Amino acid sequence: MIEIRFHGRGGQGAVVASNMLADAAFREGKHVQAFPFFGVERRGAPVSSFTRINDTPIKIRSQVYTPDYVIVLDSTLIDITDVTSGLKKNGIIIINTDKKPSDFNLSFKVATIDATSIALDNKLGSKMAPIVNTSILGAFAKVSGIVSLESIILAIKESDISKKEDNIKAAEMAYQKTVM
Amino acid sequence: MVKKIMTGNLAAAWGAKISRAEVIAAYPITPQTIIVEKLAKFISDGELNAEYLRVESEHSAMAACIATSQTGARTFTATSSQGLALMHEMLHWASGARTPIVMANVNRALAPPWNIWADHTDMMSQRDTGWIQFYAESNQEVLDTIINCYKLCEDRAIQLPAMVGLDAFYLSHTSEIVDIPDQDIADKFLPPYKAFYPLDVEHPLSVGSLAMPHQWYSEFRYKIYKSMEKVIPKLNKIEKEFNKEFGRNYTGSLDLYQVEDAEIILVAVGTVAGTVKDTVDYLRSKGLKVGVIRLRLFRPFPSEELIKALKNASFVGVLDRSFSFGNEGQIFSELKASLYQTNRDPLIKDFIVGIGGRDITTDTVKKIYENCQKCLKNKKIDQEIEWTNIKV
Repeated sequence: MIEIRFHGRGGQGAVVASNMLADAAFREGKHVQAFPFFGVERRGAPVSSFTRINDTPIKIRSQVYTPDYVIVLDSTLIDITDVTSGLKKNGIIIINTDKKPSDFNLSFKVATIDATSIALDNKLGSKMAPIVNTSILGAFAKVSGIVSLESIILAIKESDISKKEDNIKAAEMAYQKTVM
Repeated sequence: MVKKIMTGNLAAAWGAKISRAEVIAAYPITPQTIIVEKLAKFISDGELNAEYLRVESEHSAMAACIATSQTGARTFTATSSQGLALMHEMLHWASGARTPIVMANVNRALAPPWNIWADHTDMMSQRDTGWIQFYAESNQEVLDTIINCYKLCEDRAIQLPAMVGLDAFYLSHTSEIVDIPDQDIADKFLPPYKAFYPLDVEHPLSVGSLAMPHQWYSEFRYKIYKSMEKVIPKLNKIEKEFNKEFGRNYTGSLDLYQVEDAEIILVAVGTVAGTVKDTVDYLRSKGLKVGVIRLRLFRPFPSEELIKALKNASFVGVLDRSFSFGNEGQIFSELKASLYQTNRDPLIKDFIVGIGGRDITTDTVKKIYENCQKCLKNKKIDQEIEWTNIKV
């Protein structure tokens, strides 16, 4: 079973991202589960959400404590949240940042993507509140190989989010630009 | 048959839609609101032909449900926690008036302190209102149980309301694969509701009038008692047909997992059963004889079925996600009472877990199992009630 934990801030789309990732994996014939943990439900507050992907039905219902992947939608969360908590030894952390992986002093494999710039280039959200979830999913497809970019695009197409074409473009651009 | 990713809240809305609910009277409350929002959207998009009644409280919602159900309309509502508590007076009325209302309740803790997370106290507190009570483990079960509930509740022999519990966030906000039944097969399985004594201006009748002590009040109550006795056999029959039509494996009041040769059996309700099953898989891989019984039904209480399922167990650990202050966890109390009439006397212990949404992990379940194992070895329980993972 592959477990993924998303860290974001309310409004960035972490919850939608975890759902969309589950949907993409479901389209590849996997069993999936995606759920949020809401603290205080307000814009800007730290939010985490989870996705499980498995070949057989998933019975477990607890939160994810030992993820294979950690996805950070807002790099300022690294200073205030223990984002790598429980991350498996060979696990990977994907960070939305304009920095390089080597700029982070973490004892895990780090992948970086400037999802904020990509989101803004595609007019997703505002400068104060860019919506980076679809870009980050493009990065996840590249880094993990667990779901294909095509499935991510299909999940975006079938979802009820607005600006689907822009979101698809953002996922494609992020897929190209991710560095590890 | 279409498979989709959806949350438990959406599955509940789909359950009402596929059942062709005709009236929805509801008041929003976290984490349930999405259920009634989705139903409102189904109606406004013309996908569901129903009347949506916006009311000023949950008490009014249930009052409206009772009235519309008595006119012969298939009626649905949804609530959670404080909302269910506010309905309390009307819940008694709904069963007393023999209205086959079906309600989804997102199981959430009661304040204070404010808490919007999973807990069974809200529904356990409505134990004696005359409602049939189901607790689901998956979103698929939420959707399917709502359809089955209408078939069950509208049966002439039953004529009682039912609530379907789904754990806050663990189901309400969790996306997973749900198979939506075909509408035409569902229509054959669940034909339109026809009330036996509908309120109708052309054929006036009076309901809810005064019954003096020497008149029919006792008999009305006795009849509810008799109808409740028929729920489990009727449910078994309905689910057998449902399984055949829709390719499912529902097993009535209980869901048994690895119990046949189990020395230690854990008894659970709702989503925690999934995590317990996962832990049982691990423990079984180590050669340990452990199983789990999930109660799908809490009212009527499946005493006979439980006694049968526990017949080979030496130790029973009950996981209660609620507590009756001044006594014990509700499932523990009722299970002990059920065992009293048998000559079986397994050791039994109550674990209070997951209160107010505290996460129940496989480590929690392993800890509980190890304690059961220790008690069984000593042939004596260390304490009858243990609040697990309490930081005091």
